[in-house]
Amino acid sequence: MSGWIEVCDADDIEAEDVMRFDHGGRTFAIYRSPDDLYFATDGQCTHEKVHLADGLVLDDTIECPKHNGRFNYRTGEALRAPVCVNLQTHAVKVEAGKVYLLPA
Amino acid sequence: MGASVLSGSGKGAGMPARRDYSLTGPDARRAVETGLAAAQWYHTEIPRKAMKELMQRSDGPAIRDTLIWFAGLALSAAGGVWFWGTWWCAPFFAVYGVLYGSASDSRWHECGHGTAFRTQWMNDAVYQLACFMVMRNPSIWRWSHARHHTDTIIVGRDPELPVRRPPRLGRIALDFLGALSAWQAMAAMLRYATGTVSEAEKTFVPPSERPRAVFAARIWLAIYAATIALALALQSWLPLMLVGLPSIYGAWHHVMAGLLQHGGLAEDVIDHRLNSRTVYMNPFSRFIYWNMNYHVEHHMFPMVPYHALPRLHTLIAHDLPAPTPSILAGYREMIPAFLRQLSDPEHFIRRELPPTAKPYRWELHPELAPELPEARP
Repeated sequence: MSGWIEVCDADDIEAEDVMRFDHGGRTFAIYRSPDDLYFATDGQCTHEKVHLADGLVLDDTIECPKHNGRFNYRTGEALRAPVCVNLQTHAVKVEAGKVYLLPA
Repeated sequence: MGASVLSGSGKGAGMPARRDYSLTGPDARRAVETGLAAAQWYHTEIPRKAMKELMQRSDGPAIRDTLIWFAGLALSAAGGVWFWGTWWCAPFFAVYGVLYGSASDSRWHECGHGTAFRTQWMNDAVYQLACFMVMRNPSIWRWSHARHHTDTIIVGRDPELPVRRPPRLGRIALDFLGALSAWQAMAAMLRYATGTVSEAEKTFVPPSERPRAVFAARIWLAIYAATIALALALQSWLPLMLVGLPSIYGAWHHVMAGLLQHGGLAEDVIDHRLNSRTVYMNPFSRFIYWNMNYHVEHHMFPMVPYHALPRLHTLIAHDLPAPTPSILAGYREMIPAFLRQLSDPEHFIRRELPPTAKPYRWELHPELAPELPEARP
């Protein structure tokens, strides 16, 4: 997988929310922060294989819907047990109203 | 719909006659091999917008409830101390005991999930306090509860599986008195304080977290030692009536409510509608229990805070078994099942879903399908 991938319209994700995006056999979580910036991480929690897009975005954190573990979605840092392993982040850009992802 | 149960027996294909509930035994391996461990569980479909609203965090309700809790603890303790030496202290300690030994169970639970308060340090602070009061090591029990949510009532996987089959009724009775669990908790505290984590606990507590369990146990040990020293110095039981003993004499309410969560229901199914129970309770019990009576809803959506569970309950009621109408009704359902399990350990209370519900994922537990028309393809 190489190059930027078109994900969605920028308005498809509400502020302080997250959306699942599957591509090339991988799953990602695409975030829109409260200050309208966009971020991306791997789509599944590092604790167990649960889709983070079903979780809750609170400020800069994503909370896993299964065990309430938390990550900083800007940095991928694991913040709260039971997650112990950081989340892989990916580059995101917005151009002409579209969100693009560059998988790491 | 009335009490939505069908009594049944799970003597279908693949159900062993005797279960091994240890976390390192053959049933633990079987659960992994058959895909019951860390499985995909059923969830009622809820629009994202509604789910976001339900998940929203707020400090307000939990601060209010915590202030009421602390005020209740302070007033009942003050009454107990004031009237110490007379029988008038008894009602005050009865209240203090429930607030200390039972309300701490639900605070441990909600703050462990991190959903009670929006502000995390508040969750963490109340979690540590509640862990001490309910005598659950903060690290061990945080991870045991994560496993409980991953593998709810999966034999060999769930460390918080409340009642084994056949049930040990004497043990359940002792749990109401708090003595047995307190004894076990003290033994565990001493074990952790010496740096020992059991092989079973190692299956769900990662190595990086074990030193925290040891550290907390040593702090607790120092607190209990200081309390006992004070009691000896004063030649009085009063310090222990305030710290330590309430975990025993006030435990009955959380045992009563906790047994209802899963008692008598199906094992080894991956649908919380089958193995968890929602019970309507009085306002007092709901305050003590912080709405964990909505237990199917909690397990299905653990990121919904306790104060939003009644709204979640209303939203997904069409997809769930009818709630048990009262604590008494729950025990009327459970006790006969426990008694029957003494001679028929495969017996369990089978939940019936309303016509509006999505069917069970019958293919994952075919032993249920033949008797449940809605579960057939």
